[in-house]
Amino acid sequence: MQIRKNFPLLKNKISNKQIIYFDNSATTQKPQIVIDAVTDFYENKNSNVHRSINPLAEIATREYEAARIAVRKFINAKKNNEIIFTSGATDGLNLVANILGKGVLKKDDVIVLSMAEHHANIIPWLMLKEAIGIKLEYIQIQKNYRLDIGQVKRILNNKKVRVLSIQHASNVLGIINPIKDLINICKKNNIISIIDAAASIAHTKINVQSLDCDFLVFSGHKIFAPTGVGVLYGKEDLLNRLPAWKGGGDMIREVSFEGFSVAELPYKFEAGTPHIAGVIGLGRALEFLESMGFKYIKQQELILTRYFLKAISKLNFIDLVGPFNIQDRLPIFSFSVQGVHPHDIADLLGERGIITRAGHHCVQPLHDKLSLPATLRASLSFYNTTEEIDIFVKEIIKIHKMFI
Amino acid sequence: MNIYAQNILDHYKTPRNFGSISGAQIKHSEANYSCGDKLSVDIKLEADVVSDIKFKGTGCAISQAAMSILTEDVMGKTKKYILNLKFDYLQKLLGVPVSESRYKCAVLGLMTIQNALKMKGNKKN
Repeated sequence: MQIRKNFPLLKNKISNKQIIYFDNSATTQKPQIVIDAVTDFYENKNSNVHRSINPLAEIATREYEAARIAVRKFINAKKNNEIIFTSGATDGLNLVANILGKGVLKKDDVIVLSMAEHHANIIPWLMLKEAIGIKLEYIQIQKNYRLDIGQVKRILNNKKVRVLSIQHASNVLGIINPIKDLINICKKNNIISIIDAAASIAHTKINVQSLDCDFLVFSGHKIFAPTGVGVLYGKEDLLNRLPAWKGGGDMIREVSFEGFSVAELPYKFEAGTPHIAGVIGLGRALEFLESMGFKYIKQQELILTRYFLKAISKLNFIDLVGPFNIQDRLPIFSFSVQGVHPHDIADLLGERGIITRAGHHCVQPLHDKLSLPATLRASLSFYNTTEEIDIFVKEIIKIHKMFI
Repeated sequence: MNIYAQNILDHYKTPRNFGSISGAQIKHSEANYSCGDKLSVDIKLEADVVSDIKFKGTGCAISQAAMSILTEDVMGKTKKYILNLKFDYLQKLLGVPVSESRYKCAVLGLMTIQNALKMKGNKKN
């Protein structure tokens, strides 16, 4: 597979075993082109952006803003100033929750989330609940691990609902939520829609104009870019209407000892020196993906999803937490192995060079609801192979035998 | 030899001193919330010496086996002796190196027993 060669880490070995990287939902590996862009920035272009008038700052600023254009194109936003660089999806969700909390939300307003949300899409709202007394409602997950759409409609018809903040895909269950339908219901009911695309961004094409969501967040590191960089997309009129949150350099137009006025978008929400090299790396990662195309990615991941589900369906000691149905599903597989704690499996797989994650994957409320303290998660990407799945399954069988 | 040595797996599959003690003076439980390891311990003290100890728990092999091994070790020892035990001692008991990522699993049992004994001490004060 030619494309795999672009990812240097995948060529490495651990305890003399070829690395099998099945932890792509935690973070993805980086292609050489991204690593080179970051190195090149620090070796040849390092300076601050939007500040001094000097040749280095000019290059840095140009490349930083070129990355903004790359993001705008990638998610098909209307304008460059609707793209706010953040430190990640968590930062983006905290930003939105806080500016909505300052700007529009009042006591007893209802925020709707799903039961499978990542902690990053629960805690900022719980904090607002403590601060201003908003209320939270959760959409249930049905037995087939999909959202209960009937319940969604009932909940969203409540006049008190002001915001729906929901994941595009679940980083535990692997399901893709019908966000277009959910956003349509929000439009009819005048509800602000926020999409957490952290789990889906590397797997499926996002088009914010056709989705017509109000906000969308994702992290760079889950889409082959460096850690510490992410994106908040927001509709221009909303971003203009809402107050700034973090204060500092870059986000102001004018400052005196008595007051300040904020800068124009997008800088209004980008206080402080950003992760310039990371942003440039993100731009390069998106261009890399565009050149490969989501058609190819989907094709590869569908093959892997089918293969993985078929392989584990033959093992009667595995309980999958997520649907076997491949429709609207990502190659993210959380499961328990009867008689073996997930940490033991992850530890033993690690000794064999297989990288997975065990725990609650920052989604503790869902695990509590399903009465599972933890699961083992294998999350795949287009660069994984069916041969890797074969080795993984063989090792799981061996480990299970050790414990019975 | 890795951490899943036969000894550890043996203690995990057939834990020693598993159960509860009716009428034990000391009952205490601890958990690693992030991974769901749970341990509860019942201790019977006679003149500050552990005359009986039983535990119950769920979780990974390391946390459960370490507790099983510890209960065998602390039986008949004084409270003072047990409260002075450090991680190094536990590591020697387990007989295998414990990696940083499994430290919390390995140490949960020792923490449960020591905190149980400390609680009793607090009550007296």
